[in-house]
Amino acid sequence: MSSIKLYPPKPEKVYFYGTCLVDMFYPDAGMAGIQLLEKQGIEVIFPQDQTCCGQPAYTSGYHDQAREVAAAQLGLFPGDYPIVLPSGSCAGMMREHYPELFAGHPEEAKAKEVAGRIYELTEFLMHVCHIKLEDKGEPIKVAMHTSCSARREMGLGEVGPALLGQLDNVELVEQARVKECCGFGGAFSVRHPEISEAMVTDKVEAIDATGANTLISSDCGCMMNITGAAEHMKKEFKGEHIASFLWRRCHES
Amino acid sequence: MSARDAILNRLYQRRDGAISAPESDFSIVQAKQWSDEDKIDLFQQKIESVHAEVHRVSKDNWLDKLKELAQAKGLNNMLVPQQAQVGVDVRADWSEDGLPELLSYDQPIEGWKAELFSNVDGAVTDVRSAVAETGSLVLWPDNDQPRLMTLVPPIHFAILDAGQLKNTFHEVIVSGGWVQQGMPTNALLISGPSKTADIEQTLAYGVHGPKELIVLIRQ
Amino acid sequence: MSHNQPEKTAQSGVKEFHPRVHEAINNPQIRANFRKAMDGLMDKRQAAFPSDDELQGLRDLVAAIRLRALSKLPELLEKLEENLTANGVKVHWAENGDQACQIILDICQQKNAKSVIKGKSMVSEEMELNHYLEKHGIEALESDLGEYIVQLAEETPSHIIMPAIHKNTDEISDLMHDKTGTKKSRDVEYLTAEARQQLRKRFEKADVGVSGVNFAVAETGTLCLVENEGNGRLTTTVPPVHIAVTGIEKVVENLEDVAPLLSLLTRSATGQHITTYFNMISSPRKEGELDGPEEVHLVLVDSGRSNIYQDDELLDTLRCIRCGACMNHCPVYTRIGGHAYGYTYPGPIGKILMPHLAGLDDAKDLPSASSLCGACGEVCPVRIPIPKLLVRLREESVAGDSDHNNSSVKGRGSKRSTSESLIWKGWAKMHKSGGLYRTGTGAATVFRFLMPNKIGAWTKCRTAPKLAPSTLHQQVKARGKNGGEK
Repeated sequence: MSSIKLYPPKPEKVYFYGTCLVDMFYPDAGMAGIQLLEKQGIEVIFPQDQTCCGQPAYTSGYHDQAREVAAAQLGLFPGDYPIVLPSGSCAGMMREHYPELFAGHPEEAKAKEVAGRIYELTEFLMHVCHIKLEDKGEPIKVAMHTSCSARREMGLGEVGPALLGQLDNVELVEQARVKECCGFGGAFSVRHPEISEAMVTDKVEAIDATGANTLISSDCGCMMNITGAAEHMKKEFKGEHIASFLWRRCHES
Repeated sequence: MSARDAILNRLYQRRDGAISAPESDFSIVQAKQWSDEDKIDLFQQKIESVHAEVHRVSKDNWLDKLKELAQAKGLNNMLVPQQAQVGVDVRADWSEDGLPELLSYDQPIEGWKAELFSNVDGAVTDVRSAVAETGSLVLWPDNDQPRLMTLVPPIHFAILDAGQLKNTFHEVIVSGGWVQQGMPTNALLISGPSKTADIEQTLAYGVHGPKELIVLIRQ
Repeated sequence: MSHNQPEKTAQSGVKEFHPRVHEAINNPQIRANFRKAMDGLMDKRQAAFPSDDELQGLRDLVAAIRLRALSKLPELLEKLEENLTANGVKVHWAENGDQACQIILDICQQKNAKSVIKGKSMVSEEMELNHYLEKHGIEALESDLGEYIVQLAEETPSHIIMPAIHKNTDEISDLMHDKTGTKKSRDVEYLTAEARQQLRKRFEKADVGVSGVNFAVAETGTLCLVENEGNGRLTTTVPPVHIAVTGIEKVVENLEDVAPLLSLLTRSATGQHITTYFNMISSPRKEGELDGPEEVHLVLVDSGRSNIYQDDELLDTLRCIRCGACMNHCPVYTRIGGHAYGYTYPGPIGKILMPHLAGLDDAKDLPSASSLCGACGEVCPVRIPIPKLLVRLREESVAGDSDHNNSSVKGRGSKRSTSESLIWKGWAKMHKSGGLYRTGTGAATVFRFLMPNKIGAWTKCRTAPKLAPSTLHQQVKARGKNGGEK
C-alpha cells in the first residue's frame, strides 16, 4: 500500500492525535512524537478535545457508540493539515474504517475527508518529512514488533525497521515469526485470555531468544501486551515506543 | 414450493439488489508464453518436481526406450490401447523376449474389476496435450483408453509429443476449443504419480493411483 | 458471557468454546503438531508465489471471477442444471443438510446400496452424511487418507484440506494398528501402502461413490474435483453410481474460469503448483465407454447460503474456494487447532461462515475469537475481507448498529446483554465530550470499561499497565503552545 500511496510535501502544520492509550499510559511517547515533528520544522497542534478514535467499541460490535465518539473527533481538525497518530491501529481505524462507519450518515463526506489526511507517525516522518536521523546513543541491540494494523491495514511493515536502520549504533535483530500477531487485539485479550496468553508468551520467547535488550514498537497496545507479559515472565528486555526511542537516541543522548 | 424453487426465489429476490462485478481480466494468465524449447524444459522441470520420471526421446527411438523401461521396471504385463497410434506402434513391434505381456482394456470394467485391481502392472497411453506452466498431462479418456487405465495400474507410461505442449491450462481450454467441441464424459489433468501428505505432511506416492508416472517426450 | 446455558454446538453437542480452547491449549502434542504443520504450510505457500505481482494479479482475477459468478448466481445455477441434465446428470436441490442426506439416502436405497465410498467433501461433513447413512444401515467409508484416519479415530477433520493434521506419525501408526491390525511403524510409505490395500478392496465392492465438488461449471455442465491421491477419481469412476454434493455457491460461469481458480487454489492451500489430478466430470458413462458410473447425481445444498447472499457485505463470504490458507496463517488456529472451534469449518473462514450455517446464537463465541491481525485476509486468494466480516458479525451478535436493524443474520442480537450495552453507552457518553474525557481519564481505563470483571484475565500472565502520573493532554497543556487549540 505504502508503495503506491502518494505523499504530500512536508506541511507547515500538523494535527497530533495522541490516542487514548498513549494519553493514559505512555504520554512520553506522545511528547516524543510531537517533538520529533517539531524538529522537522513543523508546527504541531494538539486538539485538547480529542479522546478516542472509537476503535474499542467498533471492534466489539457497538457501532452506534463507536460512531458517536468518532463523530466527535471529526470536528477537531478544521484546518487543512495532515493528522498524525503515534499508533498504526488507531490510524488504521480513522483511515480505513471511518468511511465505512459513516457510510450513509450525514458525516460521511467529512469522515472521508478526515480519513484522507490520516498518517501514522513513523510513516509521516519517513515518507513526508524524509527524516534524517543521527544516532548519538551507545551501541544497543533491539528487536522491533510492528503492529498488525500498521503492517497489514496500513502497509507499513518496512517503515519502522527502515527508521531504526538509520541509527548507526543500533543493531536491529529479527525475532522468529516476526510478522505474527502478539495476541493483543484489544478486547480479544480479555475475551479469549488463554489464546491471547499463548500468543504473547510465544512472542516474548521469540524476542527474548534474539538477545535484544529493548523491544521497539510503534503501537502501545502491542507494547503493553508484550512488555506486560515479559515482565511477568521475568525476562530482561524492556519495551519502548519508537517515538520515545528515536527522540532519546537522537536528541537526548 | 420445492426446495429448488424456494432457493432460486430467495436468490432472485435478493434484498440488496443487483450485484455489480468487475471485468475478469485474463491478461495475467494469457501473458504466460514460452518458446517451444523453454516449454519442454519447463514442463520437464515441473513434472519432475512432483516425482514423475521424464525421458526425452525421438520419433525413432521412443519404442526402444519404452521397452527398456518396461523391462527395467519388471512388469509382467501392461495395458496398451488398441486404436490409438501409440498402441498400434507398440503392438506392431513387441516381440523380444522378456517384454511384458500386452493387455487390452476391451470389456466393461464390471467384467474384470478384480483382475484390473490386482493383476495389471502398468499401462501405456497417449495424451491429448500438455501444460508447460504446471507440468501437466491433459487426457480425455475414451473407449480405447478408458478412465481407469491411467489410475488403477501401479505404473503409467504417457507418450507426449513435444508439439503438443501448450503454455497454460487456460490456453489448452481456449485454443483447444473445449467449449465449442463439448466436454467429454471425463477430462483430466495428471501431474505426477498419486501422492498424499496426510501423515504428518510426509510425502508418500501411490496412495490410491499409480506409484510411478513415466513420461516420454517425443521430439 | 451473560448466557449461562450450556452451549449447543453442531458437533460436540456438550462443551462450550472456552473449555475446548483450554483443553487444546494445554495439550502440548496438539500445540506442537499444529505449529510444525502451519509453519511448513506457510513456507510452502510463500515459495509457490515467487512473484508478488503475479500473486496480486491472480487474486484480482480470481476474486473478480468469483464475484461475477455470485452476481449471476440464480441464473448460473439454472444453467448448470440445464446443461448437466442435458449431459445426463440428475440434479437435486436441498434446503439444508437433512434434506440433502435424505436425497442421498433415497438414491442409495433405490439402488439397494449397502456400501458407500467417499471422496473428500466438506459439505458432507457439514451435513454429517456418514452418520446419517450408517443410522440407515448403509456403510459409509472415507477414502481420502486423512479422512480415513479421522474416521478410524472416530473424530472429525481438524483442517479442511488436511483432515488429520492434528495427529503425528506415531499417533497414526498406533491408531492403524489398533483398528486395522497393521504393524506399528514410523515408516509413512508402509502406512500409506497398507491403507491403499485396505481401501482398494472397499473400492472394488462399493455400490455408490460420494464426492464433493471444487467448481461446478455452468457453461458446460462440468463438475471439477481437485485432488492428489486418486481416491477422488476412483470414487467418481469405479462404483456404478456417483453422487456429488456441493454448496450452491460453488458454481462458476465459464470453463476458462477454472484455470486461474485452480492455479490459485492449489498454491494457496499447500504451496503445490498444481495437484496430481484435476478431474472434470460432465456426464455418466456413455454408450460404448468401458468404465465410469452409469448414474451421476449432483445435490446442491443451500444450508443458509442463500441467506448470506442477501447482504452486500456478507456476500463476500461466498467467494471462498476452501483452500484453507486462512487457517494455515491464523495465529489462533495454530494455537488451538481445528477441533477446538467445535464446527465443521474451523479457523477464520469458519468464524465467518459457521455463524450463518449454525446461527449466531449457536456460534456466539466464534466472531470474537480473533485478534483481527489480518493475516487471513492478507493471504485469502479471493480477497475475502475476513477481519471486516468478523467485525460485522460481532456487531450482529450484539445488534450494535442501528443501520443493520433489517439484517437477515440468524441469531442477530443473541449476545446482547443489558450490562455490556450500558457500559458502552457510558463509554460513549464520556468519550464524545473532550471535557468529560479529560476529567475522567485518570479514574478509568479502557479495559475497565471494556470488561469490568475481566481485568483479572489480563494480569494472569501480564503485569498490570501503570497509569502515567500525568496524561498527554496535561503535558501538552503544561507546555503552553498549541495545546489549547480546539
